[in-house]
Amino acid sequence: MSSPVEPANDTHATSGTGRSVRFRVSRFKQGDRKPHYQEYAVEVAPETTVLDALTAIRRDQDPTLILRHSCYHASCGTCGMRVNDTEVLACVTEVTELGGGPVKVDPIANQRLVADLVTDMVDFYDKFTAVDQPLVRGSDAIPAATVPPGVPGFTRFENCIECGLCLSACPIVATDPRYLGPAGLAAAQRVLEEPREADAFSVLRLTDDPQAAWRCHLAFECTAVCPSNVDPAGAIMFLRRRLASDRVKSIFGSGWRP
Amino acid sequence: MIVGGGGTGGALAHDLALRGLRVTLVERGEITSGTTGRHHGLLHSGARYAVKDRESAVECIEENRILRTIAPGSFELNDGLFVALTDEEAAYEKLFFDSCEASQIPARRVGRAEALRLEPNLNPDLRCAVQVPDGTMDAMRLPLRFFATARRNGADIRPFTEVVGMSMTTPTSVDGVQVVDRASGRRYDIGADLVVNAAGPWGEKISRMGGVDVPIQPSPGILVAVRGRFANMVINRLHASGDGDIVLPQRELSVIGTSSWVTDDPDHLAVPADHVEAMFREGSAMIPSLRGARIRASWSAARPLIGERGASTGRELSRTFKCFDHEADDGVSGFVTIAGGKATTLRAMAESTADMVCRKLGVDRPCATRETELLPHTAYYA
Repeated sequence: MSSPVEPANDTHATSGTGRSVRFRVSRFKQGDRKPHYQEYAVEVAPETTVLDALTAIRRDQDPTLILRHSCYHASCGTCGMRVNDTEVLACVTEVTELGGGPVKVDPIANQRLVADLVTDMVDFYDKFTAVDQPLVRGSDAIPAATVPPGVPGFTRFENCIECGLCLSACPIVATDPRYLGPAGLAAAQRVLEEPREADAFSVLRLTDDPQAAWRCHLAFECTAVCPSNVDPAGAIMFLRRRLASDRVKSIFGSGWRP
Repeated sequence: MIVGGGGTGGALAHDLALRGLRVTLVERGEITSGTTGRHHGLLHSGARYAVKDRESAVECIEENRILRTIAPGSFELNDGLFVALTDEEAAYEKLFFDSCEASQIPARRVGRAEALRLEPNLNPDLRCAVQVPDGTMDAMRLPLRFFATARRNGADIRPFTEVVGMSMTTPTSVDGVQVVDRASGRRYDIGADLVVNAAGPWGEKISRMGGVDVPIQPSPGILVAVRGRFANMVINRLHASGDGDIVLPQRELSVIGTSSWVTDDPDHLAVPADHVEAMFREGSAMIPSLRGARIRASWSAARPLIGERGASTGRELSRTFKCFDHEADDGVSGFVTIAGGKATTLRAMAESTADMVCRKLGVDRPCATRETELLPHTAYYA
C-alpha cells in the first residue's frame, strides 16, 4: 500500500500494546570478568519477535546492547541465540509463543564471545569451509516446470544459512573443539550428493576421521534446532553408511580405494 | 573513513582499497544490519524501471552483468518473468517489451501456454509474459564478498562501532569521527582526510552531525516470506510499479514484496497488518496458491531515497543515487554523502563515490572493480 502517512496496525509493535514482557538479557563487555543478566520490560504485540524486542531495547532503553541481525526472515543466520535455553533465530521467534514469564536471552554457545549477544563466527567458518561447499545448488523445486531458453538449468541457494545453532546445541562440540561438527559434516554430505565442481573423493576422506563422521553420538540436537531443514544428523548418518559401504566395496575390489 | 556498513559502504571500501587508499569503515551494528540485509533479494534486470525510469533501467542491466562476472556463484540462475493478468496489462506489454529493448535488457516474449509450462503455479488466466534476466541474490552474502575483499586488500572494517559525533576543528571542517566501540564501551576519535557518509536511511542523522542537511527520505516497504518455493523464476506483475507485485523464491521460501510509505525514523519501522494482507492479496493474484501459504516472517526495510521533504509515498522518488560534496554544496570540507540507489547498483554507487573521493584527495587511480573478482563471502570470517 503506498500510503502518505505512517501506517497504523503494527503487528510487531513494541510500545502502546499494553502487554509488557520481562527480558533477562546476557550482558558482557570486553574487559568484564564474566557475563551477567540485565532485565528490561518491553511491550509486545501478537507477532512481535524476540529480535523486534531486542532492537527496541537498544533503541528505546539501552544503546549499549549489541546483537547480530541482518535479514529478518531466517535466511542470513546472523541472529542465532539461545532463548530460554533453546537455540533459535530471534527474527522468527514470536515473544507470545514463549509463555508469559521472563524471556531469558543468551548468545549461542561454543563460540568465542565478543560482547553481549555477539559471538565471533571464525571458528564456525573454519570448519564449515573445510569442505568448500558452493553457495548455489541445483534447484529441486517445482519439478513440473520447464527450464526457459537462456537459462542453463535452475539453481538455488543451499539451505544452510550458517547460523551456528547446530554447533551451539551439539553436546560433542561443547566438550571437544576438534570435532568437525554438524554444519561442516552436513555441507560435506551436500557436496557428495551433488558434487558440482568439487573433489568428492577428498571430501569423503575428510569425513572419514575419528573427529568427523565417527565422532557424533546421535544426540540429534543439531537437527532439532536447525531453522532451515538441513538435518545435519541425517547427513551424518548418510556419511557413515556411505563410508561403511565403500569399505565393503574396497574389500571386494570395487569402489574407491583410499 | 566510511560511515555505514551496508552494501554501499562495503562496495566503496572495496573500490578505495583497490585504488590503494587507506580505508577505515565503521558500522553501528553488525555488517549489513540496516537496509542492506533486509532487502528483497532481487538482482534487478532493470525491466521494472524500463518504462518510466530509463536511467535506472540501464544502470541496473549494466550492473547485473558486471555482478554476475565479479561475483560468480552468488546468484540463483532463475531469470524473471513479468506476467500480464488483465486486458490493460496485456496492452501494456508492447510498451514494456520495447522499453526493455531500448534499455538493452534482453527480453523474450512468452505466450500463455509456455508461461504455464515454465511456471505451473501461475494464475492460469494470465494473458502473456516477458522473460528477463532478473535473479535471486542473498541480501547479506553478496555484500559480504565486497567486505571480505576490501579487508583482504587492507581496509579496516569495524562493526559495532557507533558514530556519536564529528570531529570538527572549525564549524566548516570535518576532520574525523567520534565513535563508541560497543563491544568494550571505549570512546575514541578516528582522524580522516575525508569522511564519507554511507549510512543509507540513517544518512540524514549522520549529515546533521557535520552540520549539513541531505534530502534523504527513509521510505520503508514491507516484505513477507512464506514457506515453500512457489516459482523457480522471479515473478513480477507486468504493470507500472505497484504493491506486492514481486514474488521471489529464495532457499525454501518465497518472498512477496513490497509496499511503500515515508517515515522520519528508520529505527522504528512498523509491520502494518493491512500491508501484510495486501502482500497476500497481490501475490496470490499472480500465484493463486500463495493464498494458503504459511507465513515464515514479515518485516520492513527502509529505502534511502533521495527526495524533498513532503514526498507522500516514496514511489515518485528516484531510485538512482547521488553523491553530495558538502564542500561544494554547503561549504563544509572533508565530508561527502552518498545517498539513494539500490542493492543491484551497489558497485556503481561505490565507483561514482570513489571517483569523487579520489578527485578531492588528489589521487589519480582508475576504478578496478568492474573486472576484479570478489572473494567468497566466507572469507569475511577468516
